[in-house]
This record gives sequence, C-alpha cells and structure tokens, in this order.
Amino acid sequence: MPEFLQFSVSGLTVGAVYALVALGFTIIYNASDVVNFAQGEFVMIGGMATVFLTAAGIPLPVAALMAIAAAMAVGLALHRLAIEPARGASPVTLIIITIGASIFLRGLGQVVFDKQFHSLPSFSGDTPIRFGGAAILPQSFWVLAGAGIIVLALWAFFNRTLLGKAVLATAANRLAARLVGINTSFVVGFSFVVSAAIGAIAGILVTPITLTSYDIGTLLALKGFAAAMLGGMGNPLGAIVGGLAVGLLEAFGAGYLSSTYKDAIAFIVILGVLFVMPGGLFGRASVERV
Amino acid sequence: MTNMKTCLGGAALLAGAAMFAGTATAAETIKIGASLAVTGPASFLGDPEAKTLELYVDQINKDGGVNGKELELIVYDDGGNANKARTFATRLVEDDGIVAMVGGSTTGATMAMVPVFEDAGIPFISLAGAVVIIDPVKEFIFKTPHTDRMACEKIFTDMKARGIARIGMISGTGGFGKSMRSQCLDVVGNYGIEIVADETYGPKDSDMTPQLTNIKSADGLQAVINPGFGQGPAIVTRNYSQLGFDVPLYQSHGVASKSFIDLAGDSAEGVRLPASALLVAEKLPDSDPQKAVVTGYKSTYEDATGQPVSTFGGHAYDGLMILVEAMKRAGSEDPAAIRDEIEKTSDFMGTAGVVNMSADDHLGLDLSAFRMLEIRDGDWSLVE
Repeated sequence: MPEFLQFSVSGLTVGAVYALVALGFTIIYNASDVVNFAQGEFVMIGGMATVFLTAAGIPLPVAALMAIAAAMAVGLALHRLAIEPARGASPVTLIIITIGASIFLRGLGQVVFDKQFHSLPSFSGDTPIRFGGAAILPQSFWVLAGAGIIVLALWAFFNRTLLGKAVLATAANRLAARLVGINTSFVVGFSFVVSAAIGAIAGILVTPITLTSYDIGTLLALKGFAAAMLGGMGNPLGAIVGGLAVGLLEAFGAGYLSSTYKDAIAFIVILGVLFVMPGGLFGRASVERV
Repeated sequence: MTNMKTCLGGAALLAGAAMFAGTATAAETIKIGASLAVTGPASFLGDPEAKTLELYVDQINKDGGVNGKELELIVYDDGGNANKARTFATRLVEDDGIVAMVGGSTTGATMAMVPVFEDAGIPFISLAGAVVIIDPVKEFIFKTPHTDRMACEKIFTDMKARGIARIGMISGTGGFGKSMRSQCLDVVGNYGIEIVADETYGPKDSDMTPQLTNIKSADGLQAVINPGFGQGPAIVTRNYSQLGFDVPLYQSHGVASKSFIDLAGDSAEGVRLPASALLVAEKLPDSDPQKAVVTGYKSTYEDATGQPVSTFGGHAYDGLMILVEAMKRAGSEDPAAIRDEIEKTSDFMGTAGVVNMSADDHLGLDLSAFRMLEIRDGDWSLVE
C-alpha cells in the first residue's frame, strides 16, 4: 500500500505537467485546428528564463512573472510571424510550421541560455512529507495545486467572460463567429498567448523537481500530445484526464511491471484505448475533420 | 591583347608559386587530426577537449614543436554524430593527410571511425569511455579515459571494504548507463556482492521514485549504485533522499562534475563516486606523484579559458601528450613508427593516472587511477 501511494503521487505530479501541456495543445487546437508542437518549448522558456533571472539576482516571484511574460511574448510572436502570415494554408502546413518553430526555439534556447541542466530551489523546502508510508515533496503539491488553479481559472474564463465565449465561439464555428463580429485572428493569437502562459507556469512549477534544460520541450510535447489524443483532441477535460492518466500509467508501469518498458507500457495502453475509441476518451463521436 | 596574355600568364605563375609555397610549409608541419563533439548534446565532452588540444598544440609550437617541426591541428566538429565522424575521419586521412589522430568524443563516433584508421594504418587515440574501443585490442586504436568496467571494480572494492554485500542497482538506459550496467553485472560476482534489485530509467525521465521505491523494499539492502550520465543521476539522488534511504548511494564517474553537486543540492551529501584525481587536484597530498600534472593542467586550462576544468579535457591532454612523446621517441612522422612508440608508452603520468601500455593493453591504466570521492559540505573529498 505505501508503494501504491508513492507511485500515485509520482504519477500525478508528472501527469499534472503532461496535463498542462495537453491543455495548451487543446486551446490552440480549438481556436485554429493547429496542433502546436512548440508547446513544449513554452515549458522550457518558463523554466529556463526563471532560472537565469533568479541567477541574475531577481527574486523568484518576480522572475517567474517575467518568465511567463517572456513566454507569452514568444507565443504572440509565433502566431504573428509564423502562423498568421500562412493563415490560408492547410492545418497540416501550419503544424509543420510549428515543428519548425519548435526546433528554432530550441536552438535559440541554446544560445540565449546554455546547454546545461539547471534547477530552481523548491518553493517551500525539500523536506518530504510522510503520508501513509509515502514520501511526498512539498513541490508536488505546488504542481498539483497550480494545475488545479489553472484549470479552474480557464473554466471561469471560458464560461464567465465575453472574450472567453468568443474563443469558444471561434472553436465551434469560425465562419459563424466571424459573421457575428468576432475578430477570429485576434482570438487565435490570444489562444497562443494563453497556451504559452500555461506552458511557462508548468515549466516554473516543475523545474525544482525535474530540472530543466534547453531540450526538455521535445519529450514534453510528445507526452502532452499523447495525453491530448488519449483524452480526445480538443476537449479540455480530456486533456486533464489524459495527462494524469499518462503520468499514472508511467509510474505504475515502472513500479509494478518493468522500468525498462515503462514508456512502452504507457503507449500500448494509449494505442489500445484509441483502437476502441478512435476519438479518445472524451472525443467527439463524429469524424468531421480529416 | 598581348598585354592581357602576359598579365594572365603572370597571374598563373603567381598562383603556381603561391601553391608551391603552400605545399612547402605544409611539409614542414606535422598534421594531427581530431573529430570532436564540439557542439550538440555531447558538447560538454567535445568543447573542453577541443580547447585543450588547441591550447597545448599552441604551447608545444611555441616551445619549438616536435622533432624540429611545428604541429598542425585539424579539428572537425562531428556533434557526436557517428555518420559525420566517419566522413571527417575519411577526410582527415585522405585529404588532410594526418599522421595521427586524437579524439572521438563519444564511443559511437569512435567506433564509426575505427575501421578508417585501421585500414589507413594511422594511430588513433580515442577520448571516449567504453571498453569496446580497446577490447579486443585493435592494432592502431588506443584510448585515454578510464573504462566503465574499472569504475564498477573501484566501486565494488570500496563496498567490499565497507562490508556491503547486497546492493540495488538503478541504471540509465542511455549508452553510458547501459554499458556500465552490463560491465557491473559482469564483475560483481568477483566481489561476493549480490544485486538484489535491478531497475532502469530513460535518459530523459524526470522522476525515478517508482523504481527507487521498489529498490527500497528489497530485502537486506545495504547500498545502491547508479550507473548513469547527465541529469538522470541528479534526479535519482534527489528522489533517493526524498524517499529517505538509510544506506549509502554510489554514483559513477559519469557525474564527476561540479554541476552534479549543484543540481542534486543537499541530497548529494554522502554520495560516493570514483573519479579522476583532476577533480580534487588541490586536495591531493604533496607527496602524490600525480599532483604536479593535474594542478598544472588545471591552472593552464582555467587561466586560458576561464572555465572550470573537467576530466574530459584532461583525457584530451593525456592523448596529445602520449602522442607527442611517442613522436619524439620515434623521431619521425611515420604513422607506423608512431604507433609502435605509443604502444611502448610506460610510466607516463597523465591527468587520468599512470599509463603503461603494452601490445595487449591499449589503455594502460589500472584501478589506482580512480580515486574514491565522497561529497561532503557541497564539495568533493578524498575517501582514501
């Protein structure tokens, strides 16, 4: 039982990060049909910028805010300079553009930051909390709480604000949204900024546990994408459930079956689910977009 | 028209003269090649190696060169990519006409280049870790860094001395961790030590608590060993203290750099690892025969580059110096003669330890080359 608890906490912490990356995918996908493979790089920018700003003597909270702002600026630039000029192109072309942007940002990360691994001090100490035989890092609670707050804030934003409803309207039907006077180009740009901010927050929260470097984005984008597919591409709830599920599958796979095949175990389960439910756990039944 | 022709003719003559001058100077230098991972994921190896080679080739030339001739160093950046390394090796042999080669930063790049140098009959001193480079012995291939097998033996010797007989192992699945894991499994029986839990993690994994939880629940666990490289061991070390293990943790020489202590933080306290004397240069007793070499290299490198010294640059220093001494003894630039002299290297004091090569040992280091270190108060300290 202590093992089960330990594996669960471990899986949920890693899964929360996958969930936030998957959420970033979902928001941009809904607004523009684009799967933004540079999502992992936002996580990298959040973590690395915070590391370097704190190293320059800026207090952690300020550095974190500056890093989030930097990621948002990069997200906006990505939309304005790479996605918007190609707006007539098919989603596949746009997806390839985001892969290019991801490679570019990784290269930029190497030059602006460096090629080493870095860490941040934990926000509230390194003394693990013992609970039912499991040892839980206080930072894990920060990650889980941070993910929870982001989800609630997004829910409130989409359901309670006019701008949020404009995003939802664009997601539902772009032409109709434009006809009722919504500036869909602005909405898409806005979704890139929001996704960038979510990615950066995830990067900052998780750096004290997992460390960060210029190239962590690739793997996170892959896992986040798998999580989004598992949950059903385009469904925010699916992204959260998918992310946590992938994290838990990895932890239980490594703990109970074989650590050598833990990634394979996670992906086999994902493939199995997609085989039975092609739209993902919460996906739309109709296959309208091909 | 005639004027034009004369001009052209003159230009051609000039060009010819320039070319002749070019070949003339080239013949007076001794060309040494290197293909290193100066950029890319293995740049922490190739970057200090390239800087070391350039630094010391300049210094040797300033002091009059070798056998009255200047050294000419040709460095290519293979980014740790085996395909590129192979291409550069062919270029170094066929176009640049080198007489000897120092470096291949990674085992993959080295093994891709080995056939080129074996065919051309040009000596090649590799700076990569794995034992496969020199075992079985290949006529023209040598290497300077310790092998992972020696690291295992050093660790098991230390464990045996502490009365440890049942250990857990958690290894990275990257090239380094995988190779060291199999070497450790190979030699562990010789020390009467039993591996009671054997777990792995991926090179990019960010959480190893599930694997460590399993190791912790193994019966009669007395220590844990972590063959691995990069950020993985730092995360293992953090998770290790998170889970509250009360047995010692051994890391490998793969993490022997200051950044490991920075990343692992307080969790690194008490961690033991085998490493080259270079890491503790100032802490060596004055009577230590290696002290002069390691402090000398350390201060030269740090003064010239402004960066902290790493064992990897030290391997390049050893390789270059072994080669230069062999060339001096051979008194010629004939690759075959140089090879024979490299093989006769004996009592060479390098940053990695005393090198005594022979026809069936193209590494020439023994276990005394490794020092057992323990991390105390955020710094290395000697155990012995």
